[in-house]
Amino acid sequence: MNTYCLEVSGDYACFTRPEMKVERVSYDIITPSSARAIFEAILWKPQIQWQVRGIEVLRPIRWISLRRNEVGGIVSSRNVETAMRTGTGDLGLDIEDDRQQRAGLFLRDVAYRLHAELHLKRDAGADEHPRKYQEMFERRAEKGQCVNQPYLGCREFAAAFRLIRDPAAEPPPIAESRDLGFMLHDLDFSNPADPKPRFFRASMEKGVVTVPAWDSEEVRG
Amino acid sequence: MSLTNRYDFVLLFDVRDGNPNGDPDAGNLPRLDAETGHGLVTDVCLKRKVRNFVGLTQDQGERDPAPGEKRFEIYVREKAVLNLQHQRAYSALKLDAEDAEAPPLELVEPVPEKKAGKKEKRKGSGDSVGKARDWMCQNFFDVRTFGAVMSLGINCGQVRGPVQLTFSRSIDPIISQEHSITRMAVATEAEALKQDGDNRTMGRKHTVPYGLYVAHGFVSSFLAKQTGFNEDDLGLLWQALGQMFEHDRSAARGEMATRGLYVFKHDSELGNAPAHKLFELIQVARKDPTAPARGIDDYRITAPIAGRLDAFPGVELRILV
Repeated sequence: MNTYCLEVSGDYACFTRPEMKVERVSYDIITPSSARAIFEAILWKPQIQWQVRGIEVLRPIRWISLRRNEVGGIVSSRNVETAMRTGTGDLGLDIEDDRQQRAGLFLRDVAYRLHAELHLKRDAGADEHPRKYQEMFERRAEKGQCVNQPYLGCREFAAAFRLIRDPAAEPPPIAESRDLGFMLHDLDFSNPADPKPRFFRASMEKGVVTVPAWDSEEVRG
Repeated sequence: MSLTNRYDFVLLFDVRDGNPNGDPDAGNLPRLDAETGHGLVTDVCLKRKVRNFVGLTQDQGERDPAPGEKRFEIYVREKAVLNLQHQRAYSALKLDAEDAEAPPLELVEPVPEKKAGKKEKRKGSGDSVGKARDWMCQNFFDVRTFGAVMSLGINCGQVRGPVQLTFSRSIDPIISQEHSITRMAVATEAEALKQDGDNRTMGRKHTVPYGLYVAHGFVSSFLAKQTGFNEDDLGLLWQALGQMFEHDRSAARGEMATRGLYVFKHDSELGNAPAHKLFELIQVARKDPTAPARGIDDYRITAPIAGRLDAFPGVELRILV
């Protein structure tokens, strides 16, 4: 096991609260699940998993509201299968017929230091060694390499990232402390057809949010 | 040919006496960052124009596609642009060999497990959702470029497209002007009677006198492999970004044009430099900060010379517009 620290920043972010996802409202800070996805955009293999353990908030929490025209429907796979079989069909979606205007309350000018542990999965295989993955991650993060550009909650909010070797040498996070209430920790994918969300009580102490371990008592389904 | 490089790009476009992207929350005023006064254009606004451009320029006719051929249908259509025939012929053939290539091990996202879950739920229908997904990618340009979500209540009938676009933001704060306009006609008879046959109505129009906007974008070759987005598609994307405004003229838009398309091509698939550092190489500043900008000539754009970048080994800059 090894802990890594990434600094991520972006102009906007939306870590959508599951209870308000029609008109999206972001959580106050990045969720552990979204932070995990940032690490996974740089390195992920079936043998490893990321556990986010700490979030440092580097800029004050600020908001922007934005309304966009969105499409209400999704691709109907039944129609697709029919068209596949017959070779002809009427696929496609007219946005004028299926338009929804949705507002979003997004974060703006965000920056975080994310601390995450790289674990080997228990069933990774006897000949696997974490060192291999650690070096791979260090190499990639150092050079700014990634599988896809990491993003802050939604893909339009791209994130810039930087590997932090010595977090102690960095400037401190914001001085604010507040209770952030219950927040999504991550989804439990043990039944892939029906992922279950799990929550934890997040509180920010002088800009630092400590994230409990996935299997600890503080994380509730 | 499938993509073997990572690309990051900067798109510069401007508007003169038009409304690049109306805000439905503010009575169709140009989108504005209320805190700083900078203009905004959403990612979806630009994607719409790419879709429309591809829809207009690529063959949409009804015919039998060749085996393994990639087609340029557009799934999310705008009626005004694409009121062509809707009954179409599709290739019912399997994807071409290139797409069947197994992606390198490290790229396999947790899809296999999910597929297993699907099987459980869909009672013996096999990986038909996966097949339908691949088939959609083959036939629809926008699905293989930007991705799409498929139905059936399963969490993962989802395509993540290789092309990722951000919000565009203007270089300088914009001002938006409101114009009152008149119309020498009325819509209903009742209205005409009320005016004693005067038949005049007033309307409002919002424009930005001038605004130069910047958008950032990313192309992941790993996600491209999953959707079959290839070099030809990439060429079409660059063409679309360069010319999309030329085919999007309307009363509201004024004069819009792509003023710069700077593409950073990385030698490796993972990339050779952080994207944000490359984006910083494209600097745009007003020549005379005291006078308001009213044209592209009022801005100085500094960019490295096209070709290999000395400061970033393994990255090549291409200036396409």
